[in-house]
Amino acid sequence: MSTRFSIEEILETVSMLNVENLDIRTITMGINIMECRDSDGDKTGRKIYDKITHYAKNLVKVGEEIEKEYGIRIVNKRVAVSPVALVGEGLGREDFLRIGQYLDKAAEEIGVNFLGGFSALVHKGFTRGDLALIDAIPETLALTERVCASVNVGTTRSGINMDAVYQMGKTIKETAHLTRDRDGIGCAKLVVFCNAVEDNPFMAGAFHGTGEPECTINIGISGPGVVLNVVRKHPDADLGTLANIIKNTAFKITRMGELVGRVASRKLNVPFGIVDLSLAPTPALGDSVANILEAMGLEKVGSHGSTAALAMLNDAVKKGGAMASSYVGGLSGAFIPVSEDAGMIEAAREGALTIDKLEAMTSVCSVGLDMIAVPGDTPFYTIAAIIADEAAIGMINRKTTAVRIIPAPGKKAGEWVEFGGLLGRAPVMPVNPHSAENFINRKGRIPAPIQALNN
Amino acid sequence: MEEGKRLIITVLGHDRVGIIAGISSILAEANINILDINQTILQGFFAMVMVVDSSQSRLDIGELRRRLHEKGRELGLEITVQHEDIFKFMHRI
Repeated sequence: MSTRFSIEEILETVSMLNVENLDIRTITMGINIMECRDSDGDKTGRKIYDKITHYAKNLVKVGEEIEKEYGIRIVNKRVAVSPVALVGEGLGREDFLRIGQYLDKAAEEIGVNFLGGFSALVHKGFTRGDLALIDAIPETLALTERVCASVNVGTTRSGINMDAVYQMGKTIKETAHLTRDRDGIGCAKLVVFCNAVEDNPFMAGAFHGTGEPECTINIGISGPGVVLNVVRKHPDADLGTLANIIKNTAFKITRMGELVGRVASRKLNVPFGIVDLSLAPTPALGDSVANILEAMGLEKVGSHGSTAALAMLNDAVKKGGAMASSYVGGLSGAFIPVSEDAGMIEAAREGALTIDKLEAMTSVCSVGLDMIAVPGDTPFYTIAAIIADEAAIGMINRKTTAVRIIPAPGKKAGEWVEFGGLLGRAPVMPVNPHSAENFINRKGRIPAPIQALNN
Repeated sequence: MEEGKRLIITVLGHDRVGIIAGISSILAEANINILDINQTILQGFFAMVMVVDSSQSRLDIGELRRRLHEKGRELGLEITVQHEDIFKFMHRI
């Protein structure tokens, strides 16, 4: 009997897994907790704890089994729950704090490093539950290790809730202050969205949306190293040819996500949700989206041409990946988090990459201004204005955008923040010193945009 | 043969005496049948791919991988053990 694969095919795959850091970034179990509501935060929290620890008790074990059986690294096993503001509607701030602590305890019990869903959807306005949850975010992120929070402040269909943008500017400042002894790490667990998706497996923005089933498995793939390697092998290919090469590679990477998703779904007896086609970098050498753009021909990411290169990369990844999976969803695109990508860190340190260029790049990729450290004395209205800009890009372009920004307490531009692990380290980047205070103080709503006359 | 029990073992390194003997004795001890061996020289490196049937294996895949890695260290080779499904998913639709 002969091998059904050529040696070249086999060695290509082995090299992807062993040299180019191809891995499954996350298996995220989404769990509906809407039924866990009880009369107060303690009782509600306990029910949520019981449900999560019951549903996800084998998540880590099954993930490790798959790693062993298939020889594929699965970096993170995580859980996303229904937006907690919906579950706790009518409860007060103290109740949400209790629920946050139960979520943290549940995450610890089942052995996941992050749990998402301490979330509110306020794109058109606040309910009382939303306000109480947002009020509880800073303290929750300071008191817990593993809980991640997100707030959706805008959508293409409803416009941008500028009251929420104002509020989130203050919330981020408060969160940084309460975690000031750890470079404001609380802010690394807080995402402000426009057009948030319901099945995103990636943290910190994952939550289990209201259109989702009782329980589901979503997969986030990785593989910037694989794409980087293939781009480096073709230094003279024209961009159309290069796009095709990236598409082929994205297809192969995504197939592995599809395989792991199917196996995990079968072993856990939970329906398979989606594969998220994102290129998610890590601080590891060679696992960088920035380096791909540089291999495409940019001296440093952030130079002129970065937006075009990223647009092509992002589109090619989607085209290749979409063919490889039965169900594609989540954020699906290239991530450009500064602190989690060695090439981004380097470009920011050298001043080649500025917040303004990053903002432009987010208009063609997922997901937004991610893991950016700014000076600790940045006023709340400047943070809010950065959120408003990013939300506007998402709203007008009918795409998800997000802001995960850390006003590093006591730090000035050029200094460093250190979070360690997957969250990485980043140089503090300067912000525009001119004020948007009066604009932010107007509050209100930016109306939904017209969907025709696209120019 | 049972589907889904086929493993693909790859061996990379400098060619030397005893590579196949060293690896196949571990497989024989574990009651793993070799279905196919294919070897070539790639850019000066010795590359070997084995397809094996682990359906009657006495070792679980983690332990098999550990023993082969140990042997690899001894012989100065890079040895990987992967489930066949990965290659099926990546290279065949």
